[in-house]
Amino acid sequence: MLDIITGAISLGLLWAVMTIGVFITYRILNIADLTVEGSIAMGAAIAAQGITMGLNPFLATALALAGGMAAGLITGLLHTQLKIPALLSGILTMIALWSVNLRIMGKANISLLRMNTVYTFLESFGMDKTYAIIVLGLLLVLALVSLLYWFFGTEIGSAIRVTGNNPHMARALGINTNTTLILGLIISNGLVAFSGALIAQSQSYADVQMGTGSIVIGLASVIIGEVLFGRQHFFGRLTALVLGAVTYRIIIALVLKLGMPANDLKLFTAITVAIALSLPVIKQYLNPHRFREVE
Amino acid sequence: MLLVKDVCKSFFPGTINEKIALKDVTVEMQEGEFVTLIGGNGAGKSTLLNCVAGVYGVNRGSVYVDDIDVTRLPEHKRAAVLGRVFQDPMMGTAANMGIEENLALAYRRGEKRGLRWGITRKERELYRRHLERLELGLEDRMDIKVGLLSGGQRQALTLLMATLKKPKVLLLDEHTAALDPKTAQRVLEITQQLVEENNLTTMMVTHNMRDAIKYGNRLIMMHEGQIVLDINGEEKKKLTVEDLLRRFGQVSGEEFANDRALLS
Ligand SMILES: Nc1ncnc2c1ncn2[C@@H]1O[C@H](COP(=O)(O)OP(=O)(O)O)[C@@H](O)[C@H]1O
Ligand SMILES: [Mg+2]
Repeated sequence: MLDIITGAISLGLLWAVMTIGVFITYRILNIADLTVEGSIAMGAAIAAQGITMGLNPFLATALALAGGMAAGLITGLLHTQLKIPALLSGILTMIALWSVNLRIMGKANISLLRMNTVYTFLESFGMDKTYAIIVLGLLLVLALVSLLYWFFGTEIGSAIRVTGNNPHMARALGINTNTTLILGLIISNGLVAFSGALIAQSQSYADVQMGTGSIVIGLASVIIGEVLFGRQHFFGRLTALVLGAVTYRIIIALVLKLGMPANDLKLFTAITVAIALSLPVIKQYLNPHRFREVE
Repeated sequence: MLLVKDVCKSFFPGTINEKIALKDVTVEMQEGEFVTLIGGNGAGKSTLLNCVAGVYGVNRGSVYVDDIDVTRLPEHKRAAVLGRVFQDPMMGTAANMGIEENLALAYRRGEKRGLRWGITRKERELYRRHLERLELGLEDRMDIKVGLLSGGQRQALTLLMATLKKPKVLLLDEHTAALDPKTAQRVLEITQQLVEENNLTTMMVTHNMRDAIKYGNRLIMMHEGQIVLDINGEEKKKLTVEDLLRRFGQVSGEEFANDRALLS
């Protein structure tokens, strides 16, 4: 049982990085970006191929981050320069990345068994791999939350936030909303690919299928975080995402333990997200004064 | 200070749905002039302001601000010299951000934004002093989200944001239309105060003839995409609502008075 929980925590911390990426597009920029399904697999592909070719795992992970940023840039350009709707731009990049990822890997999956990963140096201190992942994951997530808290408090960061909140006002105040949207997409997808690289190394393989449904997992984690741990303050909002991602993994581990077939996982997650997203409507429906409430 | 020269603007040109919104409009405004702009629904008032602000490109003609041709500049570049307040109180402020955050964004209008912290302690003092003068009690809750404010408070805040960094031209598009009459009057007083203090070149669209006469030192009436009346100086001071109604009747052949909103 304890093994299941620590396993869930370690996985949750790595997915927290991806969750923060989804949060940046979904909550800050106010767009649903499906690029992430491609960029998470891209991160895994670049890291796995890099490591197999003998690159230092940290360098391979950094390259994965850069690859994700490039994917975000493409979606941003499709949306802002070619005026393709954001949702469709993301889908186009996601589809294209499928082929790109296969080219990067040269096949549908790569095993990383017995290879050096970013966790190896911690394991060499005699740490069990799961604990190595938790230690490194915690350090990374802490650094990331602090870095993003700082960044979104700067002038550029504020400009990105106001772009999602009120683009008309942003432009009236001299903000180039095309630039801020692209920047947000770059940061988001960079983080998602980074997360993909960390996940691939933790499970010792990369798979081209890995991204399928990941957007829903990201959204589920965002929503769980907001509902259970939500705070007003930006730092609190970021930490809530990490807790949300970990909680999601624990929930999943428990329902699997209770005997739910693994194949039903995506259905389960999709239903959970649908319910969570419809909470406002459900609440209003249950409200006896709903006929007087006009929104 | 502002020159709109021979501007034509149509929507969906070349299709059967073509809608001509501005026909060869020319207006020149001197520094410190305060124009009130009136006209029936669809006269082209908002389109004129949007063409100045760069929300829409023009089909023909040019726009100059302070002798600089801005016709080809995108909206966010023109923002450096323009202050704007919109009809919808939701449009001018960011609901999910705090009062001081909104002000800090406005304070940097036209400046390069970098990796400095988005708001400094010194600025907070400045904002507090400005907010105090609005007399809305906002100075004591500068960190609350703007979404919690009333429409009138949000418009007053948007006005402050538009003038915090002095614009060369202030554009107000029916910025009191969505407010109740009492709040509208208060927001107009604040407008007057800010315009006078900063000697702002201002173009204010209003649907209220009394306000159009009471405020400003020049009055322009538009009809079907053209300027049909342009009055300033002593003549404007002597103007009455009846005069305006008669003039409108002459140009349009319609009874302006039927439109109750215009007299409210
Ligand atoms: N974005 C737009 N698309 C199509 N037609 C528009 C648009 N904006 C304005 N129009 C048309 O242009 C004309 C002038 O509109 P507008 O400038 O909004 O008038 P006013 O502000 O004086 O009421 C109207 O006939 C309106 O239907
Ligand atoms: Mg209008």
